[in-house]
Amino acid sequence: MRYNTALGLLFSNMHDDTLPELTAVRAMGSVPFGGRYRLIDFALSNLVNAGVSKVGVVTKSNYQSLMDHLGSGKAWDLSRKSEGLYFLPPFGGGEEQYDGRITSLSGVLPFLRNSKEEYVILSDCHFVGNIDYRKLIKAHVESGAEVTMACLNGELPENIFSPIVATDETGRITDMIITDHSSGPVTYGLGLYILSRQLLLQFVDIAVSRNQRSFEWDVLQRHVADRRLYAYMVPEYTMVISSLASYFKANYALLDASVREKLFVSKRPIYTKVRDCAPALYGLHADVSGSLIADGCKIDGSVDNSVLFRNVHVTRGAKVRNCILMQGSMIGANSDLDYVITDKYVCVREGRALKGCDGYPVTIRKNTMV
Amino acid sequence: MFRKQECVAMLLAGGQGSRLYALTKNIAKPAVPYGGKYRIIDFPLSNCVNSGIETVGVLTQYQPLELSDYIGSGQPWDLDRMDAGVHLLPPYQRNKGADWYKGTANAIYQNMVFIERYDPEYVLVLSGDHIYKMDYAKMIAEHKRNEADCTIAVIEVEMSEASRFGILNTNEDGSIYEFDEKPAVPKSNLASMGIYVFNWQKLKKYLEADENDPKSQNDFGKNVLPAMLNAGERMYAYRFEGYWKDVGTIDSLWEANMDLLNPKVPLDLSDDTWRIYSRTPGLPPHYISDTARVQNSMISEGGNIHGTLESSLIFAGVTVEEGAVVRDSIIMPGAVVKKGAVVQYAIVAENAVIGEGAVIGELPEEVSELDNWGVSVVAAGVSVDAGCRVPAKAMIDSDVKKEEA
Repeated sequence: MRYNTALGLLFSNMHDDTLPELTAVRAMGSVPFGGRYRLIDFALSNLVNAGVSKVGVVTKSNYQSLMDHLGSGKAWDLSRKSEGLYFLPPFGGGEEQYDGRITSLSGVLPFLRNSKEEYVILSDCHFVGNIDYRKLIKAHVESGAEVTMACLNGELPENIFSPIVATDETGRITDMIITDHSSGPVTYGLGLYILSRQLLLQFVDIAVSRNQRSFEWDVLQRHVADRRLYAYMVPEYTMVISSLASYFKANYALLDASVREKLFVSKRPIYTKVRDCAPALYGLHADVSGSLIADGCKIDGSVDNSVLFRNVHVTRGAKVRNCILMQGSMIGANSDLDYVITDKYVCVREGRALKGCDGYPVTIRKNTMV
Repeated sequence: MFRKQECVAMLLAGGQGSRLYALTKNIAKPAVPYGGKYRIIDFPLSNCVNSGIETVGVLTQYQPLELSDYIGSGQPWDLDRMDAGVHLLPPYQRNKGADWYKGTANAIYQNMVFIERYDPEYVLVLSGDHIYKMDYAKMIAEHKRNEADCTIAVIEVEMSEASRFGILNTNEDGSIYEFDEKPAVPKSNLASMGIYVFNWQKLKKYLEADENDPKSQNDFGKNVLPAMLNAGERMYAYRFEGYWKDVGTIDSLWEANMDLLNPKVPLDLSDDTWRIYSRTPGLPPHYISDTARVQNSMISEGGNIHGTLESSLIFAGVTVEEGAVVRDSIIMPGAVVKKGAVVQYAIVAENAVIGEGAVIGELPEEVSELDNWGVSVVAAGVSVDAGCRVPAKAMIDSDVKKEEA
């Protein structure tokens, strides 16, 4: 079979509420990550690397920054004459906000109906992983599943109601509970599904007619017994981001070479918008260790155990430890930062000291002068 | 039908760059990496776009594969346009036979059809071997003000250096009265930068005449420009102030890279108003480990730095292992410097591997005869075995094995 018989549908605002510090000015999908990426880059690149050439990005609110990032989709090779990238902002009705996946889907029914692809891959944008979706599609087709849910093993992500599943030996889901807490490791859904387009249309149609809002509760959980729902265990290294602590941890994980090797696979690159910054420039007083540094940075101070996005300036005498400094942050001379996340274009003046702690970093809002 | 363009740029990118030796064995000179993430051709291409010139013909001839791949659709420079944009123009066969490009003027002559379809007023001729940021629109404006037929960009050089350049002697109003190619006793210090603006109708006439002259070498500097001057055409010098460097030799390429680390040199690549665009591989940010020490250096994406860097330029995807020392050197994309190796005053080209404990290059103070000192070069893809030494000024274009060293 041909693998590009699937289209992608990304939910860019899903789980915005788990990271309010960073989503006040943007959608979850456009939260900056790893020095030069946005969270959506992972889900989007995974689709493109699996040969998917039609992707709809469902947006709800605060999506200017996401539109700016994605543009025509060229950086992901999705600026095409036929198919490519489709922005799907709220449509019709008007009075209702998107309060569940079904509501979002009912707003994009024309897009789904007018597509020709056999399958739809639905995905949230709150995880970081280089996942081979070809294998996911193959598993879905070969198992004869009606819905395949990508799953991880481990502690349940904080702040999110996730489906926890039990399966038989073939991977078929035999039981499902949906909760935001668990004790000990479980098998839980990642918010990544594949099913046939026709079945999805049918599910949405029925759910809307009954005023049901949740894909997980009202569709999946109800159909555990009478539909073939399968779990697909994601073999690739994947980190879910659903709190400031997990966001911090996932960025830090990149300081480990083995994690970078798993995420940035040369056969399946993670694409992102190109900004044409000069390479990073280190001055005579630079003292950098254990850090990830993007292009365009100018460093003449000390930086340890940190992730610096593009165009961050660290002035002579400044000390930066355990920090995530986003694009365009200016760190003044002799300032002292420990466990701090600065959003884009934050300016920390000369001599200022800011200290957070492990698990609770200080977060400074976009464009703030400290 | 093609939309009319006021100016079409023709970029001469076919040269071999033989004085870069091993670095241009398999690639054309304009494709040689520069400045941590660029290639030489990014400068004239970005200058064109930033100057509002959106039609660029790139004349290729020597080893065009990598250069053609690099330019591709022209998208990184915003030159993928409906009918303008960047066009690769290699030599081609015609019904009356085929010719390689015989000289710079002949290369333009063979592509007159390309220029004609845009019906331009002016043609800007550029070369692909200089590093500089220049607003060509200003030069064209001055060309118009002077009602010139040809304008040549010039830069003031040190009088003591002037005999290395093509010198233009001008009247007070900037009009040119004499060309002086590498004069023993220079009369002025205005060196030609190899950037010309022509009125297209005028140039066309001279290109045709030049082509019909069997004795001509079909070269702009040697034939076409002198012919225009002798015929009394209006030729003017346009003075450029700023950074400009020919990177035609190993030493000048090395120096032009090192200039980026010198805050006193007026070449700022981080200026948002005049960006230099390039095609990048899309790698994650580079990683500096706990064992690394980095000072006065430039590093691009995807690198893994565990050793010591001093005054060096590190391109995308380079690995410098623990205990290795890189000083005053240029490490091009994908190269690996293994544990304990030392690279000094050297250019290590793409994907080369420097083995454990190997020593590449020498410090100038270590050599007995300073005349024998120079930048060492390890060519693309070459591997140097552990413990081997590559002396100063050496040019390594095949693997260095232990027993040979």
